[in-house]
Formats: sequence, C-alpha cells, structure tokens
Amino acid sequence: MARQQTTPMNRFMNVNGWAFVSVSLVLIALFSIYPVIKSLWLSTQVGMGVVTHFGGFSNIVRLANDPLFLTALKNTFIFLIVQVPIMIMLALVLANALNNPNLKFRGILRTAIFLPCVTSLVAYSVLFKSMFSYNGLINSFLLAIHVISDPIPWLTDPFWAKVTIIIAITWRWTGYNMIFYLAALQNIDRSIYEAADLEGASARHKFFKITIPMLKPVILFTTITSTIGTLQLFDEVMNITVGGPANATITLSMYIYNLSFKFVPNFGYAATVSYVIVLIVALLSVLQFKVVGREK
Amino acid sequence: MISRTQRDLIPTYIFLVIIAFLSIFPFFWMIVSITNTNSDIFSGSMSFGSNLINNFNSFNEQVDLVRVLWNTTKVAVMGTFLTLLIASLAGYGFEMFKSRVRERVYQIILLTMMIPFAALMIPLFTLFAKSGLLDTHIAVVLPTVAWVYIIFYFRQSSKAFPAELREAARVDGMNEWQIFFFIYVPIMRSTYAAAFIIVFMANWNNFLWPLIVLQSDEMKTITLVISSLSSAYTPDYGAVMVGTVLATIPTLVVFFAMQRQFVQGMLGSIKQ
Repeated sequence: MARQQTTPMNRFMNVNGWAFVSVSLVLIALFSIYPVIKSLWLSTQVGMGVVTHFGGFSNIVRLANDPLFLTALKNTFIFLIVQVPIMIMLALVLANALNNPNLKFRGILRTAIFLPCVTSLVAYSVLFKSMFSYNGLINSFLLAIHVISDPIPWLTDPFWAKVTIIIAITWRWTGYNMIFYLAALQNIDRSIYEAADLEGASARHKFFKITIPMLKPVILFTTITSTIGTLQLFDEVMNITVGGPANATITLSMYIYNLSFKFVPNFGYAATVSYVIVLIVALLSVLQFKVVGREK
Repeated sequence: MISRTQRDLIPTYIFLVIIAFLSIFPFFWMIVSITNTNSDIFSGSMSFGSNLINNFNSFNEQVDLVRVLWNTTKVAVMGTFLTLLIASLAGYGFEMFKSRVRERVYQIILLTMMIPFAALMIPLFTLFAKSGLLDTHIAVVLPTVAWVYIIFYFRQSSKAFPAELREAARVDGMNEWQIFFFIYVPIMRSTYAAAFIIVFMANWNNFLWPLIVLQSDEMKTITLVISSLSSAYTPDYGAVMVGTVLATIPTLVVFFAMQRQFVQGMLGSIKQ
C-alpha cells in the first residue's frame, strides 16, 4: 500500500483532526482507560483503607472462598437468565403487535408502554418499594380480587424479593427495547408479509419465521445492552431491597459498593470483584457475537 | 359495525391496553399518593386525599427543596452542555478528518463502552479524592462528559452533513472551527436536540456516582435525597412521593416536548 503523501493539506487536516478529538481523548484516557488499568493493579493489593501492599493472587484466592461474592454472582446471574429473556420476548411481542398497520391508537399505546423508561431509576425503585410493601397496594389489590388469601412478603422473602426486582426491571426497560424493534420492523419490506399472507401463513408463523430472523442483529444489540445493564444492576436493589433479605438480592455492583464505601474500605479486593464483571461482560459479548455469527 | 380486521384485532387490543395500563399505573399512583397521608399511602389508597400541602411541607422540612432542585439542575445543565460540546466536537472530528491512526483510536474508544462502571468507580474515587474535588458538582459530571455513546451518535449523524457546505465555507475563508460552530452546529440542531434529551436525563437521574462523590447534604441531588428519605427506618412516604414527583416531572416534560428526538437519539446507536 502506498504511503500517504505529507502534503500541506494533509498535515492541516491531520492537525485539525487531532484538535477536534483531543479533549475527549484526554478525558477518556483519564476517566476510562487509566481507571481500568489502575483497577487491575489495585486488584493485586491487599490491606484495609489506604494501607495496602502487594498480595499477588491472594485476592483471587479470597474470591473463590468468599460466600458473599458467590451469592452476589449467583443473584446477578439469576436476574440475567430470568429477566433478560422475559423482557426481550415481551418487547418483541409488543413491537410486533404495535407494528400492525390496521391497529388504531398505535401512537398512544406506544407512548404509554414507552413511558416507564423516562423515569429515574431511583424514583421508580422507591415507588415500587412502597407498592410492594407487605401492607401495600399490590397485596391489597391481590387480596381484594381473591388471587391470594395471605399477603405475599414481596420484600422480606428471599424468593419474592428477587421476583419484585425482576418485575421492577421488566417494567422499566421493556418499552425501551420495544422501540428498537419497532424501528427495525419499519425497515422490513411489507411485501414479505403480504407474500406470507397469500400463502396462508399464520400470525405465529410469520412472527417466528419472518420477524424474529429479520430482527436478529437488533435482538443481539438489545440482548448485549440488557446483559451489560443487568450485570451492573445497582440502583434498584439499593433502593428496593438494599440487597436483602439476608443478601438474597445483593448484586455484584452492590457488593463492590459495600466493599468500598460501606464496610471497612477494601479497594484492592473490591477491584478484584469488579474485574469479574469486566471479564463476564467481555465473555458474554464474544459468545453472543459468535452465536449470531454462526447462524448467519 | 366494526370491520372484520378490527374484530380479529380485539385480543391484540386487550393485550396492549393491559400492558399500557400497567406501564402508566405507577405514575398515576405516584400522583395520587402525594395527596394522601402516610397511612393511606401505606394501605394503597387509590383515591385523591387532601394531604398534599402537608406532604409538601414535610418534604421541605426534611430537605432544602430549593437547594436540592438547584443542585440537580446545575449538575444536569452543566453535564449536558459539556457533553454535547465535547462529544459533538469529537464525533465531527472523527468523521470529517479521517485518518488511519484516528480510525484505530476510534475503535479503541468504542471498546471502552464495554467497561462496566463498577470497574472504574474505585480508581475514579481515589483520583477525585487526590485532586481535592470530592463533594463538588464538577466531580459528578466530569467522568461522563466524553460519553462514547454520544460521540458515536454524533459521528453517525455527521455523515449526513453536506460536504459542499464545508467546501463553500472554506472558499469563503472560514477556518475549521468557524465551520463547526457557525455552520455545523446550527444545521445539526435536531441531532443536538436528540442527544440533549438522552444526556440531560442521564445526568438528572444519575445515582451511583453522585452517591459516592457527594458527601455533604448541601451538595446532594434529588435522587440522593429520595433514596435517603425512603431508606429511613420508618419512611415518610408522603414526603418520599413528593420527591419522586419532583424528580420525574422535568424528565416527563422534556420527553413530551421532544418525544420524536428522544426516540431518534436512542436509535442513533443502531443506525447503519
């Protein structure tokens, strides 16, 4: 390949090119790249507070024997494995229904379903906490319509606390994902569906044989972003259950927060835990790209 | 008479109306709750009460309302302005001044999007502690102003900026900075509007990082205030609900005023 000639014009473009991007590059280096490297170094440090020394792999050994870390890891994965598929499927079904050109009031319905994602995570968490309290709205309603005979301990039972968190995240994010599918559906040629209609394909058949395959890249995108989001779950558990009862809803992010700012600060070990999230995000992203790439 | 197509759609309508109801209901309940007493809220009363003024006063007694709203607005406006400026400069720069080295750099910064915040927060905290910026609003906004997602969005949108305009401006003797500020910015204002909503909401609603850096009550933003009010041993739900309403109104207003741009901004990330 021919080397680019250094004409005055090229040099002028190059200087300006760097000038325009320089501020962000400095900030990204300082607030993303430096911290992620520093974090790696920190993960080799042991000791409390500011008094630390090199500990080699001792943090990793501690990780493997830390029941609270394993609980946080398990909880995070339960949220991931249960909530993300439910939400993606629901968002797909909603987008598919709203994409029907014969449907009236599409705009209003779409806006209504999308509305939860403009609330702050803290505000809606606090709202859900009060709605799901033992004597709260949800139990009163379920008792009134005789679905249950005793109130459900939504926030104080390990199982129901997880369910509450899953309901909350699903409420907040389904509409968000739906918008991506709606946009992608608009790019699918209507004639494909018309051809399927002529051949007498059922709605279910069209959904699974046309819609889902056509949306695969967008489904991949939303699955990755949802996965990364769930792996970082913090605001909801902090404000709905505070990780409880008995750590039944503690997530990796919340555990890192506790290790750094709630218990006696242990930045070295907290950094080690945080690197677990980095590794999981990297692994899952590669895996998801592989799965989609292979099926192409 | 309803047509056959509409009759076939009845199950779809029922399904969508139920989901739409579930989506809106918490908002409705939030509004009802700020008018009720604590015991009414706790028992899930669905009717409007007459306790609005009391709840409002109770909120105001526990936190300095004006101060909190000022802090939140300050963080949101400062964060949004800086992000739009810095990210649009970068997005424009990467698209208009392409070079092989810069493409490599761009790919690296796209990769940084994958780094979870949890992995950054401890070094960031120590960095700000060392620089003496803890408990300042600048520390709240600074780590996010070079927001890679927004840089990416501006780069994608810059592809639509007509090259002839740039050529014409050069012929007229404008330098690259003048072209950016006087031609690019005004022409791309709908792109800026879309990015504005995303960035404003993120800053207004931010929680974890402010929770870490803001320590004194005078500096706290609305999300921190709601969180601490509701985590009290016996939360004053009336006051908490006032807080959630105050936190939600600005983002709702922004959303309804600029709904189309909001969606457009979200979709910036999957546009080809």
